[in-house]
Amino acid sequence: MGIRTIKMPDIGEGIAEAELVEWLVAPGDLIAEDQPLAAVMTDKATVEIPATFGGKVVELGGEVGKVIAIGAALIRIEVDGEGDGAEPAPKTEPAKAEPPAPAAPVPPAPQPKPAAAPPAATARAPRPEGEAPLASPAVRARARDAGIDLRAVPGTGPAGRITHADLDAVFAAGPGAASATAARQRDLTVRQIKVVGLRRMIADKMSTSRSRIPHITYVEDVDATRLEDLRETMNRSRTEGQPKLTLLPFLIRAMVIAIRDEPVVNARFDDDAGIVHQYGAVHAGIAVQTQTGLVVANLRHAEARGLWDLAGELARLAEAGRKGTLTRDELTGSTITITSLGPMGGISHTPIINHPEVAIVGVNKMQIRPVWDGNGFVPRKVMNLSSSFDHRIVDGWNAATFVQRIKGLLEEPALLFTGGEA
Amino acid sequence: MRTIACQLLVIGAGPGGYVAAIRAGQRGLDTVVVEAAQPGGTCLNIGCIPSKAVIHLAEEFHRATELTHDNPLGISAGAPGIDLTKGMAWKDGIVSRLTGGVAGLMRKAKVRVVTGRARFVDGKTVAVDTPEGPVTVKAKTVIIATGSVPVELPFLPFGGRVLSSTGALALTEVPKSLAVVGGGYIGLELGTAFAKLGAKVTVIEAGERILPAYDADLTAPVAARLAALGVTVLTGTQALGLSDSGLTVRGPDGAAEVAAQKVLVTVGRRPNTAGIEPLGLTMDGPFLRVDDRMRTSMTGILAIGDVTGEPMLAHRAMAQAEIAVDTAAGGRAAWDKRAMPAICFTDPELVTVGQSPSEAGDAARSDSFPFKANGRAMTLGREDGFIRVVSRKDNGLVLGVQAVGAGISELAAAFALAIEMGATVQDIAGTIHAHPTQGEAFPEAALKAFGHALHI
Repeated sequence: MGIRTIKMPDIGEGIAEAELVEWLVAPGDLIAEDQPLAAVMTDKATVEIPATFGGKVVELGGEVGKVIAIGAALIRIEVDGEGDGAEPAPKTEPAKAEPPAPAAPVPPAPQPKPAAAPPAATARAPRPEGEAPLASPAVRARARDAGIDLRAVPGTGPAGRITHADLDAVFAAGPGAASATAARQRDLTVRQIKVVGLRRMIADKMSTSRSRIPHITYVEDVDATRLEDLRETMNRSRTEGQPKLTLLPFLIRAMVIAIRDEPVVNARFDDDAGIVHQYGAVHAGIAVQTQTGLVVANLRHAEARGLWDLAGELARLAEAGRKGTLTRDELTGSTITITSLGPMGGISHTPIINHPEVAIVGVNKMQIRPVWDGNGFVPRKVMNLSSSFDHRIVDGWNAATFVQRIKGLLEEPALLFTGGEA
Repeated sequence: MRTIACQLLVIGAGPGGYVAAIRAGQRGLDTVVVEAAQPGGTCLNIGCIPSKAVIHLAEEFHRATELTHDNPLGISAGAPGIDLTKGMAWKDGIVSRLTGGVAGLMRKAKVRVVTGRARFVDGKTVAVDTPEGPVTVKAKTVIIATGSVPVELPFLPFGGRVLSSTGALALTEVPKSLAVVGGGYIGLELGTAFAKLGAKVTVIEAGERILPAYDADLTAPVAARLAALGVTVLTGTQALGLSDSGLTVRGPDGAAEVAAQKVLVTVGRRPNTAGIEPLGLTMDGPFLRVDDRMRTSMTGILAIGDVTGEPMLAHRAMAQAEIAVDTAAGGRAAWDKRAMPAICFTDPELVTVGQSPSEAGDAARSDSFPFKANGRAMTLGREDGFIRVVSRKDNGLVLGVQAVGAGISELAAAFALAIEMGATVQDIAGTIHAHPTQGEAFPEAALKAFGHALHI
């Protein structure tokens, strides 16, 4: 038996240190080679560090939130065979003296009686639905006083009766054991979650955006029926290996055209310096939901890309976002942002601008609504766009003109291919 | 006007109200109870207790009468006489000992009693007209325990020859003839008693049989005994009104005349919600709706007992009282009872606890053991009746127990305990029951459930 250390690997991009955001193993765990050990974060990208060999976790290199330098010890693992000669952790030694404890002549301390058959399956409902738990009044009172819902407690007695021993087993299993399947009961637990890593960054960024930028939000509906027809036609003709066209490439294309008329919305406002940087390029920020939180991936130079190119780039960024492999370049520098939750998009929302940008376009869910066409109601595929603007830089008129232009382009999708010229 | 402030106000000092008041006082709540009459409510004053006294008195007289005939015991005796005034005084003595005891217990628990009828002013305030003048009681929490009152028939209003159960329990002479309108348990208990005292009793029941709330197997021994006692039972018959010498009724064969020096009307009881109406509480039919912690639809207003619904039983009110006080004191107690025993003190007595065979359905089986095969029942000269156990087919859990037999009411304790503890038929059969007792029929019925009956 020996102890070996896994060090914080070089995760590239010239990064010198990374913040620990989550431990995926705990001391005592048996781990296999390649098993993820911890999640660390650099800027906005979160990376999981895999084990380079298997063994038993002895010691973790720090608490969540600690910044660890590349090359510093990340975790110490007990392995078969030789250790790597790293200084032994003195803490682990006393534990080894435990097994050969001499039989003590003192009487054993009274312990909760172990249940005859410890109910293993608390994850399963202990009795058929609608059947009341069976227990004596004394057991019921004891459970009530302890805040245990008997509906979640399996009974080992005759006819499934819950005995005092069954309750003992619940107490021995500790808090939460009985509540796993409880239908309804008061939950008094409060978890303290340290806001670290990506969540910390999101929190700071949102505070800055919301407190510094006076938002104006503008909601308009778009009849996307024809756009959807076109999209379907184009998807049918796509070649092998091409990603499917979603709504977003069309929207980005429409935004590129609309920005030509309203360049004020495609900008970054350095409010400390009092300078607006208006860009010729359209770097479209795409809000991507990852497991750890929201990131904005940057689709660079949207103005220079065709629809299929946009679709391909969107798919690549989304995948990289989910995997946490977005580079710093891909996470910074956007000039206007799009946020879309697809079918979860609701009918309207008030998006928060990605500071220091001055505009964000939000896509709400598409649904079939009755639309009056002059003669009668016809079913049309309609979605709303909820867009926010920095009112210091963008006047309501410009905001409305920008959104109306997008609406016009999406409702007459042929215009998207003529560069907006009628 | 005098104003009293308290933490807990209990309206009504019946079995629910006085238990709530005593328990609240013991738990240190500053408690006031408002009661218009003597403490003890219907139960102690004009219900359970005095009726049991009269039933006992009648039974003693009846036994003495039976010994004047040729009997298998070989005893000969002369015809007994009865001074009902003295008998009723004996009954009243019992009642005043009990109500006095309740008053003493409430005093000991430092409960203040305000005499008079309570009327809600708002959800925290009650006005009471006491003999000493109007009093206002303000409370943080109120427990309504106003009970129930007998239902009156519009064409047979109480008064004169028409008696409620209260009036029947105050008679000082045995009527020559008594018509009992309503064949439920109250009418049958009192009707049987007066039959034993020598009255010519006729029971008028609109339903197809007496005790319509119970199944026919259970009520058959009671019907047989009524016949043996000379009681006429007219089923499918309705009372129409008083006639010169008795009661006009209409039955399957048309209108008829029933001799009735007195008419006892026992057609049920209704919740007493007088004085509560201003609160506009959510109702459940005629009753106040409460949840499993005895809370009504208004914060700080709890209710217990007959005013909250069926079954209208003193022991239900007492159990509810414990929960209501815990709720008032900030506890978490909730109604979780499995067993609710109910007894008819007819002859023979009738006990039910838990589910009946029809309530339990196809997943359950019913097994009964007759007292005909029970030694102790033979030695008491009463072999009528049986004990029936309803249990689950899959695991033997006892769901219900019903019994009918002389003196069987005392076995309600064993039946209720079995069900409340979650006993199976194996548990009942595996418990040694003393010999020779009527209670031996209980494990015998349980043994039948798994095919091992011994004495039949």
